[in-house]
Amino acid sequence: MDIQLQEVEYRYAAGTPFERLAIQHVSFAIPEGAFLAVIGHTGSGKSTIIQHLNALLQPTKGKVIIGDRVISAGKKEKNLKAVRKKVGIVFQFPEHQLFEETVEKDISYGPMNFGVPEEEAKRRAQKLIRQVGLSEEVLQKSPFDLSGGQMRRVAIAGVLAMEPDVLVLDEPTAGLDPRGRKEIMDMFYDLHQKRGLSTVLVTHSMEDAALYADEMVIMHKGKVYKQGKPRELFSQPDELAGLGLSVPDVVRFQHRFEALSGIQLTKTCLTIDELAEELSHAKKRGGLS
Amino acid sequence: MMEKMIFGRYLPLQSAVHQLDPRAKLLFIFGFVIVVFLANNALSYAVLAAFTFVLIYLSKINIRFLFAGLKPVIWLIAFTFLLHIFLTKEGDLLVEVGFLKVYEGGVRQGAFISLRFLLLIFVTSLLTLTTSPISITDGLESLLNPFKKLKLPVHELALMMSISLRFIPTLMDETDKIMKAQMARGADFSSGPIKDRIKAVVPLLIPLFVSAFKRAEELAVAMEARGYRGGEGRTKYRLLHWKWKDTVALSLLFVLAAVLWRLRS
Repeated sequence: MDIQLQEVEYRYAAGTPFERLAIQHVSFAIPEGAFLAVIGHTGSGKSTIIQHLNALLQPTKGKVIIGDRVISAGKKEKNLKAVRKKVGIVFQFPEHQLFEETVEKDISYGPMNFGVPEEEAKRRAQKLIRQVGLSEEVLQKSPFDLSGGQMRRVAIAGVLAMEPDVLVLDEPTAGLDPRGRKEIMDMFYDLHQKRGLSTVLVTHSMEDAALYADEMVIMHKGKVYKQGKPRELFSQPDELAGLGLSVPDVVRFQHRFEALSGIQLTKTCLTIDELAEELSHAKKRGGLS
Repeated sequence: MMEKMIFGRYLPLQSAVHQLDPRAKLLFIFGFVIVVFLANNALSYAVLAAFTFVLIYLSKINIRFLFAGLKPVIWLIAFTFLLHIFLTKEGDLLVEVGFLKVYEGGVRQGAFISLRFLLLIFVTSLLTLTTSPISITDGLESLLNPFKKLKLPVHELALMMSISLRFIPTLMDETDKIMKAQMARGADFSSGPIKDRIKAVVPLLIPLFVSAFKRAEELAVAMEARGYRGGEGRTKYRLLHWKWKDTVALSLLFVLAAVLWRLRS
């Protein structure tokens, strides 16, 4: 399922003294099966964009096309459940949304809202609890007895249980330890690759954007500043620095290396492995001593 | 949807009303609540309404905005209006539909009571809109100071109040966030039969309580860590200054009361 944003504008509290323009002229597409990263400084409008992807917010101008539904400004929208079933959002700190007595019930909450029978919802909970790296015993516990990291995983399982066509992730690894971060990101990437799940990742982590995304949107002051492949966008570290953004450590290393040694590598490397390979090529070419 | 709530919000502008001493404003509101009850006929209500609108004008707050903020209480006003219309049996009979009889006195009473309600809400919203929560608390603490002799924990009460006021917007944002998270999981807060809607609130309330308690605990720890031990011997960063303007503002209230006293029937 494709999602398209066309000239979307959103104002918070429109018509009051607290009115604030959050985003304007935002246009981009999320083709089916894409892994798109949205990066930008705090307050650049990333979270506002996310809420348009399943019609939690309705644009104050422009339109959002979600599959065959068109959400446009000024129209009263009905029956948005169908849209929300297809686009699952993992919000920032999703552990705050847990409420049920048991983990199993909490994971089943989403699917049951969308009319999935209880048996099937429970089956999904059993499958997903392992997928997010927890054991089945956790299912009968209260979510409030779990550790922060475990709660996060349960909350993520709760969104995955809806079996959405598009998965939207808002800083899914914020506040986790490095190992937890990697495990969770790898799980999302695995889902993306094996099931062709379209994924939108909103993140501060340039490393994650470089590692997982095949397309990247840079937001700046409520507008799309640039869109492109991570490799292209990260090849201009100065430009990114001007927006208050950094490049991944690997890229920074490469640029420092090129500046100091005077040797240009053939491409911008996004992973340590790529960099190692490029460096060994450069060495073979005889540039390095 | 929470964005439209104005209760407890402060709108920092430069106006005569903003610059008044919070104590003056608090005493004014207190007095106004009593004075409102003096009006009992069309003329006195007109004076009262005019007075309120002059206040709003002086505060430079957009009247449209105040009306938008009324939305949450409009039902309450409508309800009292209807109650009066149908239950007051005075004056001439105007309309009769089945067993419901509407009398002229009922319409008048209903209109007056609703207007009274409206004006009270306007003026009290004006207090929070023109006074920062901290000033309100400072003012309240200072006004209640004499009661310390009666062992009333004035400082603690003021602190409780300032914390509650401070956290209204925070909890609203939180509510909005959790609501959206649950809506993304298919919760439906705005349609369906009442029974379902009440049930739908549970997934909203539980996370909200959990986070409110967590916040309270964190705040307590943070305050203790910085050596907070209550009001004893604590000095103030902001001192309140009573100016002649404040005296004038309060006198206006007395003038209003006197005028209403003359006009009432």
